[in-house]
Amino acid sequence: MKKGVMRPGHVQIRVLDMGEAIEHYTGLMGLIQTDRDDQGRVYLKAWSEVDKFSVVLREADEPGCDFMGFKVVDEEVLVQLEKDLVDYGVDVEQVPAEELKDCGRRVRFTVPSGHAFELYADKLYTGKWGLSSVNPEAWPRGLRGMKAVRFDHCLFYGPELAATYDVFVNVLGFDLVEQVLDPEGTRVAQFLTVSMKEHDVAFIHHEEKGKFHHVSFHLETWEDVLRAADLITMTDTSIDIGPTRHGLTHGKTIYFFDPSGNRNEVFCGGDYFYPDHKPVTWKTEELGKAIFYHDRALNERFMTVLT
Amino acid sequence: MAGFQVSNRTTGDRFTCQEGQSVLKAMEQRGLKCVPVGCRGGGCGFCKIQVLEGHFECGKMSRRHAPPEAVEKGEVLACRIYPLTDLIIECMPLPERTLAKQTTKLLR
Ligand code: FES
Ligand SMILES: [Fe+2]
Repeated sequence: MKKGVMRPGHVQIRVLDMGEAIEHYTGLMGLIQTDRDDQGRVYLKAWSEVDKFSVVLREADEPGCDFMGFKVVDEEVLVQLEKDLVDYGVDVEQVPAEELKDCGRRVRFTVPSGHAFELYADKLYTGKWGLSSVNPEAWPRGLRGMKAVRFDHCLFYGPELAATYDVFVNVLGFDLVEQVLDPEGTRVAQFLTVSMKEHDVAFIHHEEKGKFHHVSFHLETWEDVLRAADLITMTDTSIDIGPTRHGLTHGKTIYFFDPSGNRNEVFCGGDYFYPDHKPVTWKTEELGKAIFYHDRALNERFMTVLT
Repeated sequence: MAGFQVSNRTTGDRFTCQEGQSVLKAMEQRGLKCVPVGCRGGGCGFCKIQVLEGHFECGKMSRRHAPPEAVEKGEVLACRIYPLTDLIIECMPLPERTLAKQTTKLLR
């Protein structure tokens, strides 16, 4: 049941070299740089997003994901969800307004899989990049590279999927859209949503806590995914796999790596979700097809290379 | 002869690495698979090798997978080293990789 969490709002990614990362996320992916703060963090957004930023890059000596943030409907919901988390036994940390520029206060917590998440209600509304909100054109001119449309979701690897599910579904009001069950019936992958999208966040079982598999951006068409593949070759960017289709979610996709080794995805299509939909189940016996619908075979790099 | 010779003592493979090219990239260009290929960005630790002989330059590598003490001993990431001389390398048993294999239930 919906509890006022609205959508993925931002992700903070650690990179080894800020200059290379900026060129990758702006020149290749087509994100737009909107700010930089006195810690040296760089703020980016995709053109169709209405708030000031969705991706924050932080230079560090180890790549990975610091946290993913979800925007909630309003301050009242934020207060309620914070209380619900505490009542459920989750430790919450207060991050004051303006710790990220032009973002309101954030409530940060770590789920049992070892990943940090945040809830927030306010961020500066700057509108879609390059478009008016009155009689807007179809798309803005001057976009670069893959012209990513929006930050869409993240996939994380970690243990304790059941306990993580409880926090997202029972406390935060997410729905389970797709799952992978092993022969004993244990859930080893869970795709969760707060929207009509087939996932807003996903988890795959892995013994080590807090690992980052990928951050994903939406493209409009399959042609755009193929064009992204061309750009990956033109820029000699590290490719992982694709273009292909997933069984899970049925999205059409390509995976590659940023210059620090963080995996990125751009994708189009995929199934939709309404709250009366029952979860779709894939069995580990058919895992090859679940992950790569065309190859129907697992790829070790995709399953084990993480930051 | 242009470039440097890289010899993998574990597998017996030899390949040429151009100046300014990473050891992993040179290996991939030759179609060899003697070092595991992951992110190619110094982030995942998949391509860890031990350099037994020779000199090289390092690009930025995740401190988690290539801490300074290890780099000192020649334990480096093949995607982020650029030979300055011929190199003799050895594959490393990767603790994190073995762990991932054992414990990522999905891979069974
Ligand atoms: S391939 Fe990932 S660190 Fe070299
Ligand atoms: Fe994805």
